[in-house]
Amino acid sequence: MIVSGKQLITEEKLAHLYASMEENKKKPGPLMPTLHEAQKIFGCVPLSIQKIISRELDQSIAKINGVVTFYSQFSIEPKGENIINVCLGTACYVRGSQGILDAFSDELKIAPGETTADGIFTLQATRCIGACGLAPVITVNQTVHGNCSVQNAKEILKNFKKTL
Amino acid sequence: MLERIHVIICGGEACSKQEAKDIKREFDRLLEQEGLTDEAKTVMTGCMGLCEYHPVVVMYPGEVFYQNITVEAVATIIEEHIKHGRIVEQYRIPEPFDRGKIKNISQLKFYKMQKRIALRNCGVINPLDISEYIARDGYFALAKVLREMDPKTVIDTMKQSGLRGRGGGGFPTGLKWEFAAKSVDDVKYVICNADEGDPGAFMDRAVLEGDPHSVLEAMAICGYAIGAHQGYIYVRAEYPVAVERLEIAIRQARELQILGRNILGSHFDFDIELRLGAGAFVCGEETALIASIEGERGMPRNKPPFPAVRGLWGRPTNVNNVETFANVPVIFMKGADWFKNVGTEKSSGTKVFALGGKIMNTGLIEIPMGTTLREAIYDIGGGIPNKRKFKAVQTGGPSGGCITEKYLDTPIDFDNLVELGSMMGSGGMIVMDEDNCMVDVARFYLDFTVEESCGKCTPCREGTKRMLDILNRICEGKGTEEDLDVLERLGKMIQESSLCGLGQTAPNPVLSTLKHFRSEYEAHVYDKVCPAGVCAKLTTFTITEDCIGCTKCARNCPVGAIHGKVKELHHIDPALCIHCGACKVACPVNAISTKPVMKEEHAHV
Repeated sequence: MIVSGKQLITEEKLAHLYASMEENKKKPGPLMPTLHEAQKIFGCVPLSIQKIISRELDQSIAKINGVVTFYSQFSIEPKGENIINVCLGTACYVRGSQGILDAFSDELKIAPGETTADGIFTLQATRCIGACGLAPVITVNQTVHGNCSVQNAKEILKNFKKTL
Repeated sequence: MLERIHVIICGGEACSKQEAKDIKREFDRLLEQEGLTDEAKTVMTGCMGLCEYHPVVVMYPGEVFYQNITVEAVATIIEEHIKHGRIVEQYRIPEPFDRGKIKNISQLKFYKMQKRIALRNCGVINPLDISEYIARDGYFALAKVLREMDPKTVIDTMKQSGLRGRGGGGFPTGLKWEFAAKSVDDVKYVICNADEGDPGAFMDRAVLEGDPHSVLEAMAICGYAIGAHQGYIYVRAEYPVAVERLEIAIRQARELQILGRNILGSHFDFDIELRLGAGAFVCGEETALIASIEGERGMPRNKPPFPAVRGLWGRPTNVNNVETFANVPVIFMKGADWFKNVGTEKSSGTKVFALGGKIMNTGLIEIPMGTTLREAIYDIGGGIPNKRKFKAVQTGGPSGGCITEKYLDTPIDFDNLVELGSMMGSGGMIVMDEDNCMVDVARFYLDFTVEESCGKCTPCREGTKRMLDILNRICEGKGTEEDLDVLERLGKMIQESSLCGLGQTAPNPVLSTLKHFRSEYEAHVYDKVCPAGVCAKLTTFTITEDCIGCTKCARNCPVGAIHGKVKELHHIDPALCIHCGACKVACPVNAISTKPVMKEEHAHV
């Protein structure tokens, strides 16, 4: 599988996964730590990776798929290169974060949870990130922007695009 | 050698993003350049709580509090404060009550009414250095317990203190420990529930990031009391800083043999491992959390058997929340009676609240139980900004309810909040003003629970979904008289028949708003108006005198319902308007009014 010009699964990444599984197998309850690792390495946990984990940890693929789909941190589809999160926690919501999410949706022409066709942006509505003092809050990759408004959200996006 | 001046830089969530790190770097750079490194030292701490004024810096001695600091301000502070001992007036906090008098942190009204037990070290010590924790009597409680007390005395002390679980339910902690201690098994576990999922609550994050060792110490004490040798901290993956600081803290504790084999020279072994959550709110429920650590879908299990009897991997397990644990070392240092004397008779100690929403001083506060909601919101929180009117305060997150003006003088404790149809929850306190629509707020919370319901039991999986459908209908102006009754009936049914706490409390936001703001629901259903002007379909958009005639709204209107000449007041044609709100978004001067034209009898809402 190729995502925005890059190979999703490489020999190197697989070796990394196998090594982490060796470590995790020593602990009780190795599945969750393994899935976290896989998500970190590949940016998602597609079926082909689930099959490898199933074989190595000796757990059924049905169970692993059940766990992967249960938790919102794990995704089956690869995400975009840059992730925009709009916090929809209560403090942000009552200060108008829904409008900001809609504005991004408009601007990027994708619904929350989707990735732009060029694979550059993924827009997500996120749970409380615990920065309620700055509400409403958005994050662009690791950078947190507080006290946002619809106007400066567009500004942030424009400025970020310049850095690409 | 001790430096003459310590510069404490808040590294909490609000402050640490971008600015705080740059500020510390600038301080370090200039101090070095000026040759003052023997004179002054910088320390980055956890959250100080007053997030509204981020980024903040406190200078010791003197506890001088500087707010909204920029990198450029650093040079001035070094020149004036550090070199010449003069306080830099322009960065002092604006205190509306007695301006000009207040200089240090403990005199600020925001801090004066607080009592910091769980947050005692947050914003004071460097969380990355175990020796700073030890210097504040850290791990003394553990040493005392291991040297002087048997497990039974430890549990008796906990029971005597009256500490109740801070995660929401308020179950007596000592009793919980006793159940786990009485279960006979050679393998037992201690779990710290750090899966802080309530939107609007971030106290556990503050403790984990600002004072991680207090949790480790308490878990070891708990392990000793119940006979466990392994602990797990289940922490949200959304809190990467907390995860990193916990890892560092655990490593440092192991190096000093405070964790591991023969702790502090005793015969007691205890170690702690981190496990990451993966974004499922229901995992805050203890049996779901246990399932998640075991590598299953995080679904709750039937109780009984309680985790104290059959928990993680079938072994007796004690699960406590972060804030609960953070209180434990203090109880052993200062005594159970001291702790019991703080707060009210049935709810001893303090509670940390996250003030958010429409309030001046957003941030974290720790107040003795029994403080009234009014004191928390107006005296500490500074009241409502922009001269708006208070409407409701929501406590307990998606499990709680809304409390109205009438009940603001209620002393906060576990039982009083339940009586008001809300609950303590993990401590989110979201203030709403007249611009918030209570039907919309109820819908917001239900949307959350529908998304987060694990799907195991029918009342929660299907019932909340039906309630949300009804609320969506009401917000779109398609609600009927029958809908309100159905909402109430369905809500009560879900409360009674759901498997776990998530379902049992999910209808609370709806039921409490139905009770206290029924007229607002009725306005939506009968008059088809949203009194707060939030539900777009039920709102009349008009343009006020503030219009500068920039024509942005007219250009953004998808149906061409807005007319007006450049630099003249514009108008919206109500017959063409489709209530999409695009004009409100586009307007640069906030001249689009969403106040509805409403009937007289609802005007008081």
